[in-house]
Amino acid sequence: MLDTLASPHAYPGRLFVVEGIDGSGKSTQLSLLAKWLAASGYRVFVTEWNSSALVKAATKTGKKKAALTPMTFSLLHATDFADRQLYNIIPPLKAGMIVLADRYAYTAFARDVARGVDRQWVRDLYSFAVRPDMAVYFRVPIDVSVDRLLARRVKLKFYEAGLDMGWSSNPTESFRIFQGRVLDEYDRIVDEYELQVLDARGSITEQQRAFRALVSANLEQTQG
Amino acid sequence: MTSHETTDRGAHGGVTPGHYYGHGLPYLPLADYPGRIIAIEGTDGVGRSTQIRLLREWLEVRGYGVIETGWTRSPLMQPTIDLAKSSNTLNKLTFVLLYACDFADRLEKEIIPALRAGFIVLADRYIYTAIARAGVRGVDSQWIRRLYGFAIAPHLVFYLKIDPEALARRVLESSGISYWEAGMDMKAGGDIYDSFRTYQRQLLREYAAMADEFGFRVLDGRKSIKSIQDELRRQIGEFLEEDHLIAPTRATP
Repeated sequence: MLDTLASPHAYPGRLFVVEGIDGSGKSTQLSLLAKWLAASGYRVFVTEWNSSALVKAATKTGKKKAALTPMTFSLLHATDFADRQLYNIIPPLKAGMIVLADRYAYTAFARDVARGVDRQWVRDLYSFAVRPDMAVYFRVPIDVSVDRLLARRVKLKFYEAGLDMGWSSNPTESFRIFQGRVLDEYDRIVDEYELQVLDARGSITEQQRAFRALVSANLEQTQG
Repeated sequence: MTSHETTDRGAHGGVTPGHYYGHGLPYLPLADYPGRIIAIEGTDGVGRSTQIRLLREWLEVRGYGVIETGWTRSPLMQPTIDLAKSSNTLNKLTFVLLYACDFADRLEKEIIPALRAGFIVLADRYIYTAIARAGVRGVDSQWIRRLYGFAIAPHLVFYLKIDPEALARRVLESSGISYWEAGMDMKAGGDIYDSFRTYQRQLLREYAAMADEFGFRVLDGRKSIKSIQDELRRQIGEFLEEDHLIAPTRATP
């Protein structure tokens, strides 16, 4: 089977990915990185998980009616990813740009499996994904992420909190259970796909410094 | 790749009917449900829907509970698929994945509950249509078989086989050739008739390749509606006769 996720890509551009649970601060880190890269003269393109127009209608209907099963949830996100890979990831890579992805296939490996989808099946599903030049995982304990989310928003979202699984009707409690499982899956993924781990408990500036160091090192390598 | 790995069956034949082809849904383990899946496969215009309507009538008269399921009919996905088709923005992978999502929705919400409740599920097309279409469009054949590992192997699969010329005449007599049936998205050439023939010929090759793999019962789709229906009833009747899990309500004499 064609497994592009297993071998380095040959595009002139670079693909950097951030991963982490909600409240890990990865999006903040990614946007700071984007600013820095652009200011350094790189052409940067940012793409976000679950953002293609194609599946928006179905995802919205499904989420509103809480009609998504773990499997349709997984397949809709894969459809979104396939669409974005074709339009938003491969073309900028071919043009020699730096593509920054806020979440990637690893998010599916963590979340979908936490919801009960088969671990190998979801890996086979995403085998068509371009292998990132580097994926950075912002690791954070549940308590920290809950505190950050609660400080920022009033209500945890239905699927984000894993309320579809019926483990607890209390959103915060459900979030803890669900994201706890997601963290366990991420731990597995870190070894399996060689993700770079950054401690997301540190200050924003501290993390950004470490993040930039990793990216700089990668950019200095000539592509093999 | 991972430590949990079960036996990797992919989605090849040799799977017991009523079981998942490959990596199924771990959160929905299957038991020996009393229901049965009968799939009717075949290209557009071959007369599947007519045959299914007649079969349903016949089965219900004999006392079997019947539900029908067909491609792109899930409430979740239908609007998106229709929109994507009309705006022509589908590429080969999103095309395949939208169909898989539609199938998953119907599998979990229609097919499995019906099997549990002892219905006969008449499937107007099954995963084989998706595999054939993907194959023609150059999607990796192993990848798509693994993708559909979550599908349940039907108890019977009938394939209505027809040659592209006979099919073209039939389709022209009824609704006319459509953009998608002609595979025009593949941009093989401007002429819709030629494109239709080329596309349908490629589809036939894909179906033929699957016949052994998935145990198709092949029927001659050029025959009359009645003679196809008679053959379907004969084979289904025989199958149900030997099946002890599912029994019709017998009319009192």
